[in-house]
Amino acid sequence: MTETAPILQMQGIHKWFGTFQALDDCSLEVRPGERIVVCGPSGSGKSTLIRCVNQIETVDAGTIRFDGQLLDDSPRSRPIRKAIGMVFQQFNLFPHLSVLDNLTLAPMRVGGLSRAEALTLAHAQLSRVRIAEQAGKFPGQLSGGQQQRVAIARALCMQPRLMLFDEPTSALDPEMVNEVLDVMVDLAQGGMTMIVVTHEMGFARKVADRVVFMEGGRIVEVESPEDFFDRPRSPRAKAFLGKILSH
Amino acid sequence: MTRQTAKELTLQVLIGLSPVALGVWLAGNLQANLAARGLTSGYDFLLDPAGFAITEGPLPYQTGDSYLMAFLAGAANTLTVSIPAIALTTLFGALLGIAAISRNPLLAGVVRLYVDAARNVPLLVHVLLWYVLLLTILPDATKPFVLGPLFLSKAGLALPHPLTGEWPRLGYFGLRGGLQVSPEFTAIVMALATYSAAYCAEIVRAGLQSVPRGQWEAAHALILTRWQAIRMIVAPQALRVILPPYISLALNTIKNSSLGVAIGYPEIVSIGTTSMNQSGRAIECISIIALLYLILNIATSFTLAIVNRRVQIRER
Repeated sequence: MTETAPILQMQGIHKWFGTFQALDDCSLEVRPGERIVVCGPSGSGKSTLIRCVNQIETVDAGTIRFDGQLLDDSPRSRPIRKAIGMVFQQFNLFPHLSVLDNLTLAPMRVGGLSRAEALTLAHAQLSRVRIAEQAGKFPGQLSGGQQQRVAIARALCMQPRLMLFDEPTSALDPEMVNEVLDVMVDLAQGGMTMIVVTHEMGFARKVADRVVFMEGGRIVEVESPEDFFDRPRSPRAKAFLGKILSH
Repeated sequence: MTRQTAKELTLQVLIGLSPVALGVWLAGNLQANLAARGLTSGYDFLLDPAGFAITEGPLPYQTGDSYLMAFLAGAANTLTVSIPAIALTTLFGALLGIAAISRNPLLAGVVRLYVDAARNVPLLVHVLLWYVLLLTILPDATKPFVLGPLFLSKAGLALPHPLTGEWPRLGYFGLRGGLQVSPEFTAIVMALATYSAAYCAEIVRAGLQSVPRGQWEAAHALILTRWQAIRMIVAPQALRVILPPYISLALNTIKNSSLGVAIGYPEIVSIGTTSMNQSGRAIECISIIALLYLILNIATSFTLAIVNRRVQIRER
């Protein structure tokens, strides 16, 4: 085997919210350049899984390694977390800052870039998500699709090596879903390592290297998109696909 | 006009007239009672010499000055305690409010305890407590307790003068020079600050918690530290929620400084009641007290409203 070393290793992750077990012994390895789509019914632990990766949630048991280095919620992990970008369902742009300020804040305050460097970077990322003309506006002046693309650009400004997407199109009006998915397809084709929690099965089929199916806090199946969509093995995956693909 | 609306109109006119009638009756009553006791009324006494001393204050009032000057000196003293009291309230309140949302349960618990303790003890007790503490535990004026640039003793607090930069010196009878403030002043300022800070802490905590969790998560995902997240992301958004109740708190603090009367600090109420006792013009003196507070509070509220408009962040 001459495979490259995994960029992300999650091993035996358990997560409890009070008495509710959100993650039950989840293990997943992601190699550089891989595109992983995580799907499953509501409450199956998909979001929790990727929120654990960048320590928005802390795990109760198990280990997460990025580039071989252990990740936890201590300040020691901050330099490692810099390489992990996150895009949220609700965009979570900073409403009191302009689009440009949203993009330059972290590169300047965390990355140590000068204002000029940060601005150059910000303009480049805004062009990449095809929204360069909105740089001076405030998030409240943009449509949902535009806001989500700004959020993607904001994460890219930290020059991450892994991008996490937590249902990036679920809060969007249907006609805005594609403008966001197009940007994500571009990113994938540019070689970005991505873990995407989504219900967009068309995107999964087109972009994913592997599909992770979760239910009840467990990873039930990890398959190629062809196998997952055309020949799902577990009855639960079959039932799930039956429900979401019936229309 | 239908009978129904005519009836309603009559009723409204009657209701509208009744307070006017009440006022006319009370005024007549007052006039009759004053006349029966041989008392005079009117504001002419304001130009008479007040004849009592005012122990401290920024205005150069002297015993022979008029009642008007005495009232102005009282108003100046009310401002002199209110401004540092509000400044300290804001400082302590902000720190406590931020500490209240700390992830350290011990710190958050201590703040909770402080807020509950301070809010549930009447302000008058705070004032008396500080006064008694200052007068009992502090050393005599000849042997002041030195805390950096602060000299604390039973004679009050002495610190380097903020304008001239002159430091207090220890003389034969205690401290001389610098800026010296009385124990009464120190007690009322500290009492107002520790009491109002508890309310301020709750206002700040509620404001910080009103910012959606997603904002914290986005800040975390961008590797901002918790302190950076508060400073750059959460606090600017929280300020919109914090400022309106904060303005109320500032106005309350000015009004609450009237409790200085309990320990003999010569603020508006103290001057007002002394003037009332000497001149016998009760209604006039009470009305002047009310008017002075009204002017101070309207001015404060106007100033803070401008600040409020300034910090309203534009989002579109």
